[in-house]
Amino acid sequence: MVERRPFLTFLSHAVLIMGILIVSLPVWLALVASTHGETAFTGGTIPMLPGGEGWRNYSTMLGKGISTSGAPPLAAMMLNSLIMALGIAFGKIAISILSAFAIVYFRFPLRQLAFWTIFITLMLPVEVRILPTFKVVADLGLLNSYAGLTIPLIASATATFLFRQVFMTIPNELMEAARMDGAGPWRFFKDILVPLSRTNMAALFVILFIYGWNQYIWPLLITTDARFYTIVAAIKRMADVADALPQWNFVMAAVILAMVPPVVVVIGMQRLFVKGLIETEK
Amino acid sequence: MTRSTFNHRLLPWVLLAPQLAVTAVFFLWPAGQAFWQSFLRQDPFGLKTTFVGLGNYAALLADPYYRSALWVTAEFSVATAALSLGTGLILALALERTLRMQRWYTTLLVWPYAVAPAISGVLWWFLFNPSIGILPWLLKGLGYHWDHGLKSGDAMVLVVIAASWKQVSYNFLFFVAGLSAIPASLYEAAAIDSAGPVRRFFTITLPLLAPTGFFLVVVNLVYTMFDTFAVIDATTKGGPGQSTTILVYKVYQDGFVGLNLGSSAAQSVILMGIVVLLTVIQFRVVERKVEY
Repeated sequence: MVERRPFLTFLSHAVLIMGILIVSLPVWLALVASTHGETAFTGGTIPMLPGGEGWRNYSTMLGKGISTSGAPPLAAMMLNSLIMALGIAFGKIAISILSAFAIVYFRFPLRQLAFWTIFITLMLPVEVRILPTFKVVADLGLLNSYAGLTIPLIASATATFLFRQVFMTIPNELMEAARMDGAGPWRFFKDILVPLSRTNMAALFVILFIYGWNQYIWPLLITTDARFYTIVAAIKRMADVADALPQWNFVMAAVILAMVPPVVVVIGMQRLFVKGLIETEK
Repeated sequence: MTRSTFNHRLLPWVLLAPQLAVTAVFFLWPAGQAFWQSFLRQDPFGLKTTFVGLGNYAALLADPYYRSALWVTAEFSVATAALSLGTGLILALALERTLRMQRWYTTLLVWPYAVAPAISGVLWWFLFNPSIGILPWLLKGLGYHWDHGLKSGDAMVLVVIAASWKQVSYNFLFFVAGLSAIPASLYEAAAIDSAGPVRRFFTITLPLLAPTGFFLVVVNLVYTMFDTFAVIDATTKGGPGQSTTILVYKVYQDGFVGLNLGSSAAQSVILMGIVVLLTVIQFRVVERKVEY
């Protein structure tokens, strides 16, 4: 800001506050809806202020689920989501850092080909090739399993690129010094590369955790057994029933529970999140 | 600069093995199958498969539903990108002018990024629910009868808002990063030469923000074309009629619901073509941005 313009400053604050209010509105109403009893939704419009049934709604959803909607207890589904999100995040980081290490620190025949093969995954989001991928997973017998939920999603070009970028900024002298001291590739990787890319790993972890937790179409298709339902994919099943039966309080409790973990991760690790977001898109 | 490397023949392949295996099994193989399948046609009982060459593609381009999906995708993508980019830019400009509370504002604006598209769809679906939603109730006060289950215009507005809501935070963050990279000295010099805020916006901010903006346009188009599947599925399921069936939703519908494998595969191939095109453009843009 180069000069004082009280009106513009005031306007800026007003715009930001308006923006925050509009952005928060749907979540506020969902939160309110999740604290009322079923009868609150038969009267025409939804309530604007919280009610007193919150504890009952949340504990019902977490512990028992709603049997009429075919929803198992949410606690179990949240655990599945957590397993899926962590599996994808750690899996992607592990396989990407290894392949970036291979690509940057070794010269071998077909190196370019390997690089481009990885690059191609960047171009093929799962939604685009959903049917053949589903068929492969079905043929491998991975339907209704944690392996089926995670492994097809852990190949990622972006993470490999990010680590490649990080390794390229590490000065050559470090590598030469390590070799002079007799360190082999594994030692160099473990004692130098991994510690130096720790922040990048953490930033990437935030992004990938959100990506994994929020998966929708993939878990929806490959899980038919309620034991493997993830919370985000299951919400739509509940919401469809709620449109017929007034169970909005339960559905909205599920919505809030489904968004709390990733939102907490983003707010709690905001700096890492912004770093991860801006780096992975470059 | 040449980078010193380790001498090993086998080790790099061991390191690459997990990634290459996953890529081959879950990316290349299915993509190849889609490609092959797109030249085949199965009879309704799945007993006989014939090679039809480009027949599936020709059928698609002649299909009024597919052409309508193309049009719907264009409409939806442009509207969502415009709404979320515009809102993100306004908020970023406002943040740039404030000195206090920046951290708080940022925190309160970025969290929707963490909300799943499916959840964002359900939230707005609840808000716009014709029987109990708050927004139809307000609109009724204004004399408008909202019903996204019957009116295709309403359905489009619903999916655009639900898809944009989540994307605003992303665009906001990138615009903030872009704005903070513009040197303050430029503004000071312009202010000394008596250029007002509006003038400075058009002669300094806008041109210097253009690379960020262009990059975001491409990223947003990719987002609206592919990642919004869940938003559509959670709100309108492509309806009413076909009025919100975007391309990526039609691939799923024709493949899983309609079981028209050849056509679905041909659609997959067309979409892959579009993604490749957008990715190439994106990399060109990024390269240009680096040169800047």
